[in-house]
Amino acid sequence: MSTATAHIQPQNLNQNDVQNDDYRSLVKDNEKGQHSLSLLVGGVHCAMCIQKIESCLVQQPKVSEARLNFSTGRLNIVWNGATEQANDFVSNVRSLGYTVTPYNPDAEKNSMENENRFLLMCLGVSGFAMGNIMLLSVGLWTTTAETMGYATRELLHAISGLIAIPAVIFAGRPFFNSALAVLRKGQTNMDVPISLGLILACAMSVFETIRGAEHTYFDSAVMLMFFLLIGRYMDFRARKSARSAASDLIQSLSGFATIVENGKPRRILIRDLREGMQILVSAGESFPADSVIEAGESTIDTSLITGETLPRAVHVGDVVYAGTINQSAPLTLRVSKAAEDSLLADVVRLMEKAEQGQAKYVRLADRVSKLYTPVVHILALSAFILWWGFLGAAWQDALMIAVTVLIVTCPCALGLAVPVVQVLASGVLMKRGVLVKSGDALERLAVIDTILFDKTGTLTVGKPQLINDVIPENLQLAASLATHSKHPLSVALANAYQGELLTLSDVKEVSGKGLEAQYQGQPVKLGSRSWIGVENASQSNDLEIWLSVGGQSPVPFHFKDQLKQDARETVSQLQNHGLNVTLLSGDRQNVADVIAREVGITSVFAEQTPIDKYNQLEQIKSAGHKVLMVGDGLNDAPVLAAADVSMAPGTAIDMAQNAADIVFMGDKLSPVSYTHQIAKLTQILVKQNFAISIIYNFIAVPAAFCGIITPMLAALAMSGSSLIVIANSFRLRRYK
Amino acid sequence: MSIMIYLIPIALVLGCVGLGAFIWSMKSSQYDDMDGAANRILLDDDVTK
Repeated sequence: MSTATAHIQPQNLNQNDVQNDDYRSLVKDNEKGQHSLSLLVGGVHCAMCIQKIESCLVQQPKVSEARLNFSTGRLNIVWNGATEQANDFVSNVRSLGYTVTPYNPDAEKNSMENENRFLLMCLGVSGFAMGNIMLLSVGLWTTTAETMGYATRELLHAISGLIAIPAVIFAGRPFFNSALAVLRKGQTNMDVPISLGLILACAMSVFETIRGAEHTYFDSAVMLMFFLLIGRYMDFRARKSARSAASDLIQSLSGFATIVENGKPRRILIRDLREGMQILVSAGESFPADSVIEAGESTIDTSLITGETLPRAVHVGDVVYAGTINQSAPLTLRVSKAAEDSLLADVVRLMEKAEQGQAKYVRLADRVSKLYTPVVHILALSAFILWWGFLGAAWQDALMIAVTVLIVTCPCALGLAVPVVQVLASGVLMKRGVLVKSGDALERLAVIDTILFDKTGTLTVGKPQLINDVIPENLQLAASLATHSKHPLSVALANAYQGELLTLSDVKEVSGKGLEAQYQGQPVKLGSRSWIGVENASQSNDLEIWLSVGGQSPVPFHFKDQLKQDARETVSQLQNHGLNVTLLSGDRQNVADVIAREVGITSVFAEQTPIDKYNQLEQIKSAGHKVLMVGDGLNDAPVLAAADVSMAPGTAIDMAQNAADIVFMGDKLSPVSYTHQIAKLTQILVKQNFAISIIYNFIAVPAAFCGIITPMLAALAMSGSSLIVIANSFRLRRYK
Repeated sequence: MSIMIYLIPIALVLGCVGLGAFIWSMKSSQYDDMDGAANRILLDDDVTK
């Protein structure tokens, strides 16, 4: 450890002292006496990443297993050697270029994972039951009892029942639980008629089996359950990715920070940081808490909070926020808010609140079933009472008529009305590079009247681009030098040049200022206006860097974040459809105004923090508007989660993509208006489907009520109505 | 029709084997990382060279 005096100059600190994270405390021992360590690895994108990380780790001595979960980014390492190896593993993975944060699997007894397994198990069991019962049913439906013999038919019915009843009891639980939960609250949803349909179909089939009747309905019950479970599982997976957004963010708060205590640096967990502590943040590290700079100068990347891609210069006395990244030089800071009170933590809380809010949305199908369910059940009950009490039928016959009424109205067509259209619409959109993540996103998109756009990365490309003409030799030289830096403007400059690069010697990056090198015996510098020494050159609003070669006069390069090609056209299309378009930006007022004018947006809110954005949205929503948010940064994430429906471009950060309902690929904006059109069409088709189901019920229910439909006819009529609904939905495919 | 006495149990046993395999695969966490499996197919078998 370094033995510095009371005030540590961060520059004098040995990096090795500071990087001494202790991952040993996170090591767990398993039953076989092996050690295991769980880590959260960031930056994993493809198969090669998995291979690089895993193969690097299993080559270490005594490592028996290294497994990376690609979906969650969790890495699990098991080994036999000393616990000290834990720190080596971390630095190994870091040296491959990935970020590592500690992850404590116990901290998060994951209810999502349990639900995932529960649904999969139900799906597996009902799939098994369906397959086996179908096998028996083929025989039952293709031959008559005379051919196969009555005893055989009864045997097949009994076996079907023996498979179906446990399967329904086991795998029907997602529906039964949900139905019970809403019934307790005195409400109803689509699961109530589904549950009742399942139970009644089974109960009646048992009754029919016992009395040796011609038909049982175990097969239809189990098949209905299987298909509904598939839909349930798909829907769950979409919700799961949305829910994980907030917990990922919390994990990013869970690393280590360097504090200075009695003049000595020490690494502690971020969650133990308290107000007033002195911390050191080296270049490339992110700030662990909201804090004030006490010593040093640097540039910071604030994209996490403001969405802006360009670094900002900071000095003594400036406030920096947790999650932003220190780019160029080490800093000494004083913590002004503990980690759990930081702006980032506020964003997390907002997202969680927003996601809970979303759960209150009542789907169209549930709204329909709210009217439909009581009517159907009262009808069935009155059919029983009428036939048994007043028309003098035997109670068995009266019950059979009541059950027929229920089966005839079994919500097959109603249940299919929405999902079929949604699945088809998702398919059509997928071909256009638009991913619809939640089942009801299109339903919500169809009714919006206001669109909020983020600026950087949404309306604009999000990266600065070279806009002035420079003579090729200068561009070549500047680009060759720029490839040595990761500064956004250097990257932009390097991208602007496609030809061959020159070989330069003695390349040095002067932090916060620029790059210098030697070329053909002459000094070459590329950097800021003041560093090159051209303070007096004419000013422009654009971003700039300057190149100076030997004694020649310096040359400027200007950059600007360009609008997406079709931004203007898309915005005016949306406005023509009667939508209010508003710009919501974290950038300065004058920059936001310029962009707004260029695309034709009149309503602009600039200089918005993530919390401001959220409040702005709440205000618009409370005025009764239905809002679509389109954004790509973490600063948009709470708004994406809280808006009635949200879209994010494929270039957005993971968090924003997770929070959004719809993700569109490519660097165009037109998918926003296209998706909106499809969503509207989808709603028209859904309403037609409901109309078809209701007309069907209008004819079938009175017939069943009068007892002129046998259960067999009811089953056929039901399939017929479902087929019509499906056929109608397929008309969506014809939309181009 | 007496063949059914064999066939039905055989069908059920086969079904149960399938169900058992499914439950085993789920218990051993094979469904926890669906996207990873899609990517791992591109990797060479011997990660430990």
